[in-house]
Amino acid sequence: MKVFSLAALFAALCATLCSGSASQVPFERITNADREPGNWLTYSRNYQGQRFSPLNEINVSNVAKLKVQWALQFPTPTNEVSPIVVDNIMYVTGPNSAAAIDARTGRTLWTWKRPIPSDYHSVGFGRVNRGPAVLDDKLFVTTLDCYLVALDLKSGAQLWISKVEDYKAGYSMTVAPLAIDGKVVVGVSGGEAGIRGFVDAYDAKSGKQAWRFWTIPGPGEPGHETWTGDSWKTGGGSTWVTGAYDPDLKLIYWGVGNPGPDWNGDVRPGDNRYTCSLLALDANTGKLRWYFQFTPHETHDWDAAHVPILFDAKINGRERKLIVNANRNAFYYVLDRVSGEFIAGRPYAKQTWARGLDSKGHPIVLPDTEPTEKGALVWPNANGATVWFSPSYSPQTSLFYVAVREIGSVYFKRRAEYKEGTFYAGGGEDELPADDASGEIRALDPTTGELRWEFKLHSPPWAGVLATAGGLVFSGSDEGNFYALDARTGKPLWDFQSGGPIGANPISFNVDGHQRIAISSNQVLYVFGL
Amino acid sequence: MIRTQTLLLFSLCVFAIPYSLSSAQTEKSSSKPDAATPDVAAGKRMFERHCSLCHGLDGRGGRGPNLNRAQLFRAPDDTALMAIISDGIPPEMPEGWFFSEEEVADIAAYVRSFGKIPNEPLPGDPTRGAVVFSKNACARCHLFAAAGFAYGPELTDVGVRRSPTYVRNAILAPAEHLPEGFLFVRAITASGRTVEGIRANEDTFTIQIKDATGSFHSLRKKDLKDLQKLRGQTPMPSYKTILSAAELDDLIVYLFSARGSQ
Repeated sequence: MKVFSLAALFAALCATLCSGSASQVPFERITNADREPGNWLTYSRNYQGQRFSPLNEINVSNVAKLKVQWALQFPTPTNEVSPIVVDNIMYVTGPNSAAAIDARTGRTLWTWKRPIPSDYHSVGFGRVNRGPAVLDDKLFVTTLDCYLVALDLKSGAQLWISKVEDYKAGYSMTVAPLAIDGKVVVGVSGGEAGIRGFVDAYDAKSGKQAWRFWTIPGPGEPGHETWTGDSWKTGGGSTWVTGAYDPDLKLIYWGVGNPGPDWNGDVRPGDNRYTCSLLALDANTGKLRWYFQFTPHETHDWDAAHVPILFDAKINGRERKLIVNANRNAFYYVLDRVSGEFIAGRPYAKQTWARGLDSKGHPIVLPDTEPTEKGALVWPNANGATVWFSPSYSPQTSLFYVAVREIGSVYFKRRAEYKEGTFYAGGGEDELPADDASGEIRALDPTTGELRWEFKLHSPPWAGVLATAGGLVFSGSDEGNFYALDARTGKPLWDFQSGGPIGANPISFNVDGHQRIAISSNQVLYVFGL
Repeated sequence: MIRTQTLLLFSLCVFAIPYSLSSAQTEKSSSKPDAATPDVAAGKRMFERHCSLCHGLDGRGGRGPNLNRAQLFRAPDDTALMAIISDGIPPEMPEGWFFSEEEVADIAAYVRSFGKIPNEPLPGDPTRGAVVFSKNACARCHLFAAAGFAYGPELTDVGVRRSPTYVRNAILAPAEHLPEGFLFVRAITASGRTVEGIRANEDTFTIQIKDATGSFHSLRKKDLKDLQKLRGQTPMPSYKTILSAAELDDLIVYLFSARGSQ
């Protein structure tokens, strides 16, 4: 009897191990990311988009001793990758490429590459990739020529490849995918090429498209009336920054980019839904649950392409499920993530285009702030008060951290002609001189957007923010500084000159139980530890 | 969805320059251009649509470098300029693969029109100008033709980078004609020492200053009592009351004498 049960146990164990049914990173591991703070399993570490590390080995008392442990040189410059780390292995991506790296030593374990077609052209952005996603035994990577690829975690072997859209029509992908229960969710770039944007989900096992949500509604769909004539066909609405996910509500939250053409709104009268909006999509069907449009009929290139942050807090004595966003348009928004209801909002950076927000959160737009033939001076500039790089939320300090760009621009309007796969922008901007610009890391009260502290930077930054349970906030500057601030006060505690402009998001993980911090700086990825 | 990095490195290496295509392209109100003559007006329209995003509508730069210069470092001739417009400069500058050859020529002609510096007659005598240069100790702060001292900007190629009018005005009112990126600073250290000079570089945490002796000072900002950015100021005095009109003419023709060797 005893022998029999042991044999049965052995058989069961073997079945589990040999059949592959015990995948390395099941959905449950990512959902419960806080149970394994030493790994970084999704773009923002957790589905809530918080980019917060619960690790505290590196903290305010010892961060001054932080040192480079290893560095990795990429084959191409201007890397913007936010790596994934699973069980001592780091996964990174570049343009049409991916690699697995030994997180102890920085030595490469495998690489994967897909040639960039010679007739591929980036319209309005650099040849970058912002990171991979992991689920079960697969690594998911997007490519510039607009494919989603699944690679074997152990070997980098290509398991499936799905064409998302035609790059010749101006579509491209730089986004880190969001892998949820059985699905991989992605968005597209191309907001300056007159694309019609969408959010797509693919079956993680087969690569078959599960659903598509068009960000520009077609004829007969609600919202189509916010476009005039055929303008919806070239209406933009790219979706180039990774969203967030609520596993309980089973809702995906995704930001939508600018309308096309960018600076000339004359050819597209109306609110131009769902550009410059936040979408809440049913994860199973891709159906729209609610939307919130930050900037109706936008004409300054202020995409709402941001990682939204989810957290729960008491508002007026009532526990609320919240979603917050420091928007490119310089306003901070607090919404109910179940209903999309506007709760609070205020500017977090200099802006000269709106008197404020009304009770519904709609901007009260000031006159003479649209681009003109002669030019109109407006804050913020076209890159916005913040851009694609990630903010961070610390449950430890209950603060929201954001890298802010304080710079104005003279906006011009010009005629826009659509030609497939080329610039469809309708104007331009002349930035104010560098001396008139500045950058800051700002800590905001996450339920109101009120300023708690700020740390001044030499120039407007291009790097995201990571808060840690060590009471620290990490970020980078355009002059190459990678630095740590006291998360409660903003006081600088440590800095390192990386030698290149930093335009990426930091992450944190453990190697053999010891905390590491990683950041890409131009062509080098640095990993720090004590 | 533009999110190009500030192209600092790019701007530095493209730092284009110099003088003058003389008046090869005199501005003509556009009568209908034939196939061989580039259509500057058409070039302007395409530039505004495709290039102004980074270079500014007037070509004075933004994310991309200022093109308002007669000669571009990376595009010394029209062939090179047209190649850059077609092929881009990977990874920062996108290609203009969709332009026809004629369109590329039109855009190049428009870009060339930015930097047009009119030829100015240069009175004066360069030999006498050399004496003015030496008598006024210009070389104490400026390198010129491999001699002198590099505290202020090097002047060897000033005749290629600037117009004579600009140089004249800069000598008379230097504070109103500071070079791009020039900043005069004063730092007071914790011990009360004053370091004054020209900013060589700066980031969020540090600043590097070159003083009048040519020494570099590397300073941590948190160790400073004060850091004053003396915007609109320069250690160079105005020579308005020092030089006679004739001396000024001589000096300028001397400074422009190095132009031919470029």
